[in-house]
Amino acid sequence: MRGIVVVRGIVLAAVLAGLSLSSAAAVAQEFNLVIRNHKFEPEEIRVPSGKRVSIYVSNEDATPEEFDSTALKVEKVIPGKSKALVRIGPLTPGHYEFIGEFNADTAKGVVIAE
Amino acid sequence: MLGALVIVFREAIEAGLIIGIVMAATRGVADRGAWIGLGIGLGALGAGIIALFAESISGAFEGSGQELLNASVLGAAVVMLMWHNAWMARHGREMAAEMTAVGEAVMTGKRPMTALAVVVGLAVLREGAEVVLFLYGIVATGTSASSLLLGGVLGLAAGAAFSALTYCGLLAIPARYIFTVTTVLIAFLAAGMAAQAVQFLDAAGMIDVLGRRLWDTSAWLPQDGILGRLLHTLIGYTDRPTELQLIAYLATLAVMAVLTWVATPARAQRATA
Repeated sequence: MRGIVVVRGIVLAAVLAGLSLSSAAAVAQEFNLVIRNHKFEPEEIRVPSGKRVSIYVSNEDATPEEFDSTALKVEKVIPGKSKALVRIGPLTPGHYEFIGEFNADTAKGVVIAE
Repeated sequence: MLGALVIVFREAIEAGLIIGIVMAATRGVADRGAWIGLGIGLGALGAGIIALFAESISGAFEGSGQELLNASVLGAAVVMLMWHNAWMARHGREMAAEMTAVGEAVMTGKRPMTALAVVVGLAVLREGAEVVLFLYGIVATGTSASSLLLGGVLGLAAGAAFSALTYCGLLAIPARYIFTVTTVLIAFLAAGMAAQAVQFLDAAGMIDVLGRRLWDTSAWLPQDGILGRLLHTLIGYTDRPTELQLIAYLATLAVMAVLTWVATPARAQRATA
């Protein structure tokens, strides 16, 4: 039983450390994206590497879209006519592609960390 | 149509794999069909409700509602899987002995099917909500909806077929080993879910530590390919894991091992020594 208590303790400590740090790091940079006619505007965002970044995605279409990127480790449904916040990073410099999974033929974009 | 089929199948594959494993793990339990059916039904109902309230969920908790919901659902599933494995450690040996002794004899009573039914329900709920939203989008656009909808339905059917395939594959394992195999599979399933859950907490802005990427194997085995996706569900494969994800993964496996060790009756331990 002691093993479980120790592991729980470690997990709890990690979560608490995370909570206390997250308020300190709340100064994430913000970017905006619009989904219109199943396309992202702009299709390319340049963000600083090594930092937390907030992307506000506004879906102006009537249908829902899923912001999907294994590279950015994001999977988020954005209902039609609404906004959503996508948190990414810290990223190492490079290209990170994302798609709108529900309209993958047209909804494509890339985050460039530099 | 093909596009819709692929999307729905991709979402259905994870729930399908989990249902297949649960069916194999509950081999011989009298009323498992009813329990699993109940799990699927309630999960689908829940998926519909989540899709209906997608906008308010998305807006809750300063825009992190969806991530927190996903993390909670995954966390609950991990706890249920731990409960199941602990229970199996205590009783599995008798069950396996019973099965070999009387062949396909049906086991009745005490087995807690609730835990696994909940796991099935949660898997259907999580993947299903996306399918419902996607299909809703198709219906709402109107144009060529019927052909896309057909694709969606075929995707679901393919997911169900995949589930059956998983189950049949696992059934080929001899009865004496089946519970050992499913217990190990469930431990890895839980570890992968825990790693996903912490990533959702990170995306929700709840956790902001150990977010550094450990490695990148996306060039060799991309997580969004078919094999990568299967391994992702089965053992929690991630092509770009963060430090925290690896910790959550290993911690879950460790807790599973400790639980199994603690729950195993002393009598059984002596027998193997």
